[in-house]
Amino acid sequence: MGTLFSFFVVIILVLIAWVGVKAANLHFLFGIIIPYIAILTFIVGIIYRVVRWSRSPVPFRIPTTCGQQKSLPWIKDSKLDNPSTTLGVIGRMALEVLLFRSLFRNAKFELREGAKLVYGSAKWLWLAGLALHWSFFVIILRHFRLFTEPVLFFVPLLESIDGFLQIGVPLLFVSGIVLLLAVTYLFLRRIFIPEVRYISLASDYFPLFLIFGIASSGILMRYFFKVPVVDVKVLTMGLISFNPDPKVLEGIGILFYIHLFLICTLFAYFPFSKLVHMAGVFLSPTRNLANNNRMKRHINPWNYPVKVHTYEAYEDEFRKFMKDAGIPVEKE
Amino acid sequence: MAVKPKVPKGVPYPDELSKIDYKPPQKGWMDTLVEFKPGTYCYGATIKNIKALESPNQREWSSKDKDWKLPENWREIFLEGMEDRLRKYRSFRLFMDICVRCGACADKCHFFIGSGDPKNMPILRAELLRSVYRKYFTAGGKYLGRIAGARELTYDVLKELWYYAYQCTECRRCSAFCPYGIDTAEVTIIVRELLYNLGLITDWIAGPVVNCYRSGNHLGILPHTLKDTLDTFAADIKTITGIKVEPTINRKGAEILFVGPSGDFFADPGTFTCMGELMIFHELGLDYTWSSLASEGGNFGFFTSNEWAKRLHYKIYAEAKRLKVKWILGGECGHMWRLINQYLDTWWGPTDFLEEPVSPITGTKFENAKSTKMVHICEFTADLIRHGKLKLDPSRNDHLKVTFHDSCNTSRAMGFLEEPRYIIKNVCNNFYEMPPNTIREQTFCCGSGSGLNAGENMELRMRGGFPRANAVRYVHEKYGVNMLANICAIDRAALPALMDYWVPGVGVTGTHEMVANALVMKGEKERTIDMRGEPLLGKEAKGDV
Repeated sequence: MGTLFSFFVVIILVLIAWVGVKAANLHFLFGIIIPYIAILTFIVGIIYRVVRWSRSPVPFRIPTTCGQQKSLPWIKDSKLDNPSTTLGVIGRMALEVLLFRSLFRNAKFELREGAKLVYGSAKWLWLAGLALHWSFFVIILRHFRLFTEPVLFFVPLLESIDGFLQIGVPLLFVSGIVLLLAVTYLFLRRIFIPEVRYISLASDYFPLFLIFGIASSGILMRYFFKVPVVDVKVLTMGLISFNPDPKVLEGIGILFYIHLFLICTLFAYFPFSKLVHMAGVFLSPTRNLANNNRMKRHINPWNYPVKVHTYEAYEDEFRKFMKDAGIPVEKE
Repeated sequence: MAVKPKVPKGVPYPDELSKIDYKPPQKGWMDTLVEFKPGTYCYGATIKNIKALESPNQREWSSKDKDWKLPENWREIFLEGMEDRLRKYRSFRLFMDICVRCGACADKCHFFIGSGDPKNMPILRAELLRSVYRKYFTAGGKYLGRIAGARELTYDVLKELWYYAYQCTECRRCSAFCPYGIDTAEVTIIVRELLYNLGLITDWIAGPVVNCYRSGNHLGILPHTLKDTLDTFAADIKTITGIKVEPTINRKGAEILFVGPSGDFFADPGTFTCMGELMIFHELGLDYTWSSLASEGGNFGFFTSNEWAKRLHYKIYAEAKRLKVKWILGGECGHMWRLINQYLDTWWGPTDFLEEPVSPITGTKFENAKSTKMVHICEFTADLIRHGKLKLDPSRNDHLKVTFHDSCNTSRAMGFLEEPRYIIKNVCNNFYEMPPNTIREQTFCCGSGSGLNAGENMELRMRGGFPRANAVRYVHEKYGVNMLANICAIDRAALPALMDYWVPGVGVTGTHEMVANALVMKGEKERTIDMRGEPLLGKEAKGDV
């Protein structure tokens, strides 16, 4: 149900852009107003989320330790998987954010004949996740061509690396293909792995369809149904300098508006969905704290006094037993 | 020759139990009502214990009944409690928000592997509450409802939350695999706390908490009984070694306070570990004392509520202060060390009345414990061995082929991996590791942690311990391993039944029991038996030949 629902929502989004621009001629709305709203929603939404998380304190230092602790000097500690210093934490977080360290640990099990459990490597999820995020990142960076004049130095460099296959004119960018493949894989595993299918919600399928729509409309635009890039750049430069030029709007093809509208949806949806993991991962107390509790006291801001059973009360209750057993007491 | 498995009453035979169907049902999980299967859940607490625990909602109830006699406004109580914790714990709020349901954790839980119940996948266990969170705390869930993964908090949902919060041992294995470190323990700890507010506690947890508050330890051992227990241990040690150890209780001015898990006073094989500790301390001439009030490092309060956990752990620093010791040495225990490492100092520090721990024997400064002033006995012993301060004869453990079970808490909430291994390798000659996916930070729970080691949920425990037992069986069949070493009192209490069921022929031992076997004491008589009174290898036939 979630799959179909999400699929149709994305189809409807495409149709909205189509009808809005083609039939209703709302170029200004789809080309200028909605992008501004979407970006604003994204920025405000993310700030709101991060502020809300930050306002809940971290009462206890609870890193999940995934390696040897720092203890005796002759025992080698695991500086990244069980960091005891801030530097180690930065390293751990970098590995987590850039290379998905924890996901790399993934393994699968199988129950074999004779009640034997065996474990095997399962790196596909890690690989597809990494491929999705990195290719998406590269694509965003490539799009800086549209937002900078003169074009920032890294963009041509990135383009030449991304186009290393040297296929076709315009040059085929590998990142787009990788993104499509990764999204497809992540979708198929949601459908075909029974446990993953069982846990999946509509909000798991929706971003996948959305990204698929964004990537494929982008690819179609670049290689098959070309739009006037010069006009697009006039528009994007106008948007980023808060001085958009409505004159170019009408000359840009419908595919561009569909692409843009899906991107706007993704941005506006981002802060209210699971996609906030992008920001949230940095705040995760099981990962971003050093395992140095025994060296450095952690403060809980809401630590409050509690009722306790004091030694005095304890001795009052058991004094006779204690004395008979020869255990020293405070009051004779 | 194969030994027959010991099957607890009401539990199917291992070959039956290990037929596990991992295929999730056709119907979605929100449409599948919770079914309370006998042998998989604990009894509710007695009214006496509920009262003693000061739950805000006290009444008689039974987890087996249909009607839990909830107060009329139970939903408000639950949701208000939830809101409060969302404000207090960043972990909780974050973990409600950022899960992407990638499924990496799904097959990492020992309860899922042992039962095939999809709601035992960590992701779904958390989703049980996340769905409620979405309904009452997010706009999307409020207005879109089910399609946004939200659902009403109904009576059945509450029961489901109870059932599955008490099928989580809070071992944090899922957290090691999660790309965002989402820790199901953080979720179930809070669910249990919310349920405590409604008086829905299990008796197996409530009883020890009540005992611990009154007498200082879970078993309710009173000071004179503690004295008797230590005397009995001393007598046994005399029989085995010919040496008289003289432990003291509540002695002021000792250098070190020793705090261990009370399980080791009570039942084998924990008792042998306690005896081992007494022997080492005696041999070193350590100036230490026991405390009859701080006679428990474990804390079942932690399985009830943060407040109760804090209340029970008060005594450790308080007694250290009263007895004017310099620092504290802690015994072999799992969740005790999670609390010492991650909670104690925050609750009850700063400890400026204590000194930074220094080993009086080797002079080693335990800089990693300079704030809590608590040193783990394995750190202490490993340091002794490293400096050659213990005379050891590992051949006295030649009758044992040993593997080591990392406890969840010491490995994933501390990173205590090499110290016990170093000790074991120095006190025995036959040590074999279990497969890498089942040890160290990826270790599997015994299946009985976090207050689930009751008698009425034996099937659950055998299921939860299945992956651990399976890895033991692997080394048992491959290398003939016959002894499972550990550094946790709940392991020592729970693993024997697990081994008897899944891998009969494998015993369970604390690490310091093996140290005691190998320890050559000054002036000891020739040892012919080990700590358990069993003949040492090569000593069986002595006198007959």
